[in-house]
Amino acid sequence: MNSEYLFAHKHILGLDHLSVPDIEHILTTAESFKEISARTIKKVPVLRGKTVVTLFFEPSTRTRLSFDIAAKRMSADTFSISASTSSTTKGETLADTARNIEAMMPDVIIMRHPSSGAPHYLARHIKTSVINAGDGTHEHPSQGLLDLMTVKEHKGNISGLKVAIIGDISHSRVAHSDIIGFAKMGAHVFVSGPATLIPKKIEKLGATVCSSIEEAVTNADVVMPLRIQKERQNDPLIPSFREYATFFGINRQVLQAAKADALLMHPGPINRGVELAPDVADSPQSVILDQVTNGVAIRMALIYLVLGGK
Amino acid sequence: MVQPQAILLKNCRILDPANKLDKKASLLVEKGKIKAIFTSRQKAPVLPKKLLSFDLNGKWVVPGLIDMHVHLREPGEEHKETIETGSRAAAAGGFTAVACMPNTLPVNDCQSVTRLILEKAETAYARVYPVGAISKGSMGETLAEFGEMKKAGAVAVTDDGKPVLDSQLLRRALEYASNHKMLVISHSEDAGLSRNGAMNEGFLSTSMGLKGIPHIAEEIMVYRDIAVAGYTGCNLHLAHISTRESVNLIRQAKKRGCPVSAETAPHYFMLTEEAVKDYNTNAKMNPPLRTPEDRAAIIEGLQDGTIDAVATDHAPHSILEKDIEFDRAANGIIGLETALPLALELHRKGHIDANRLVELLSSNPARILGVKGGSLGIGEAADITVIDPEQRFVFQEQDILSKSKNSPFIGSALQGKAVLTLCGGRITHNLLLE
Ligand SMILES: [Zn+2]
Repeated sequence: MNSEYLFAHKHILGLDHLSVPDIEHILTTAESFKEISARTIKKVPVLRGKTVVTLFFEPSTRTRLSFDIAAKRMSADTFSISASTSSTTKGETLADTARNIEAMMPDVIIMRHPSSGAPHYLARHIKTSVINAGDGTHEHPSQGLLDLMTVKEHKGNISGLKVAIIGDISHSRVAHSDIIGFAKMGAHVFVSGPATLIPKKIEKLGATVCSSIEEAVTNADVVMPLRIQKERQNDPLIPSFREYATFFGINRQVLQAAKADALLMHPGPINRGVELAPDVADSPQSVILDQVTNGVAIRMALIYLVLGGK
Repeated sequence: MVQPQAILLKNCRILDPANKLDKKASLLVEKGKIKAIFTSRQKAPVLPKKLLSFDLNGKWVVPGLIDMHVHLREPGEEHKETIETGSRAAAAGGFTAVACMPNTLPVNDCQSVTRLILEKAETAYARVYPVGAISKGSMGETLAEFGEMKKAGAVAVTDDGKPVLDSQLLRRALEYASNHKMLVISHSEDAGLSRNGAMNEGFLSTSMGLKGIPHIAEEIMVYRDIAVAGYTGCNLHLAHISTRESVNLIRQAKKRGCPVSAETAPHYFMLTEEAVKDYNTNAKMNPPLRTPEDRAAIIEGLQDGTIDAVATDHAPHSILEKDIEFDRAANGIIGLETALPLALELHRKGHIDANRLVELLSSNPARILGVKGGSLGIGEAADITVIDPEQRFVFQEQDILSKSKNSPFIGSALQGKAVLTLCGGRITHNLLLE
């Protein structure tokens, strides 16, 4: 790494805004933090006295827990605000909610919100650092980064790999961050799924669209099915989960087309028997639990870095 | 508002395409009417003693601008705009008349709402032409009382804000409106294709994670509207055209004699979808800003006569509706105070000549709506706009007269301004020194 490199981001809003050196720096930092989670005493004092608030406008256990653990392992104090407990339901605007929280002087606000761009809006209105924990159908940067970390860990590098992402590309913020991240790091990203779920001009984001999942998966180094929803807000997307499983689900046979040492990943939670056949989910190729472990390390790195850590 | 006995506009460029006039001359207004237009070589008329006189030094004098598509929000949403504030903004932008859309609270779908609007408009800074609803409550089910609304003062009907989805209802509206000689205005949108959409569909909507509205959502309904107009033979006006294919469809329809007219808004010929980047809700409207190709086609349509009018779709919203998450923010932007400089930009770039500009902003809207104005005929009411095409200014929030400040042009350097607006001889806006 270039010794003059400086991580200069106050907010983490998406992989869109991160350069290749930024991403490399985050991954390196996360790799060095990963060891902390393996200790008997899983705590370092680097963020002692810092306050981290998780502000979630959508239900989530996993991401929130992961950020919470990450902050605590670095001795930060953490506080959770959920949409149901916050006052937005009473008609308070997001800006007001944020300003109220800011008045209590937290150091980082980690936000999940159903509206794309909500963290960008937040970052414009307050001075506190904002980390996007998922915004609408836009980005989920910490997930994208932990996916990069997991692949790098298993494959040694990312550049040149074939990554197949299968399923609901339109509504998956994970897919968006992954496509941007893997493409930036030099991987070849292929996407496939029902055409109802492939967004317009996704190629320009750095992905190749395949009309069949077999084509996307053939010789892939990484296979990642996404969680599927049958319809969203009156928009019919697929006829049934059964039909989806038959034509777009990842099962043993489909996976055989990938490289023998291909990694199977999933952003979770899994619909077993829909996008992923039950036996495949538990196969040795599956690195799904590694993703979860690395998620804590990535989130430690993100909180640490936006607070000025080197 | 002052109504001087007489006003003399000296040394102006008189632009009056309706009377095929473009010459250096002076114009005399007396008792609220245009009394005379005369050149330096002609004999000057007898000038009254009490005379307000302006030496315009080559500035343009044009028939008062007419905005055929505004939302004045009154009754019901007075926190966004009122007839008073909206008409002040209109006068400042050079408009002497506006046609206000019926999507108020309650909807202007009956004579009593029409009357209420016109009562409020008695003290307004511009003529207000109410547009009634096509269907009761704009619910798209049964016809509103066109005849009674017309008698009360409505000039046209539309369910604007929403499309008329039921083609039979549109057909009946066109047929029935012809009895009352009322124009029908269509907001052309396939509501299924646009459902939950927040911006134009394309790479940008994908990369911003926003639900897109494909251009075909407009074009399918433009085609449907043209088909119904052609079949019934009744006039139909298409509001806020935003896409290339819509322009093509209208061009072809006009060629075969289909009785359609069309308007676009300044933002469709000035901006593209790029303006929504960084989730700028002041660039969110319906139809959404489109691509550079669409923008170029709109300009072409304005040049070749396919598009008849520039209307602002002035849609005031307060920060309560705009300073929020992008997908939850309301559609629409204000436009009355920027339309003229933006249209002048088209002129400066050589896309349209000055006469065409006046047609688009004055004479054509008057003709399409069937209202007075749009020309500088002797004896006509003195609805006059004086334009300084050279004046440069930065459009600033604190200068906005509209109650709402939702404009993507705030901070933009603009050129060309209305410096004097006369409505029936009353001075509704004046930046000139006598
Ligand atoms: Zn409309």
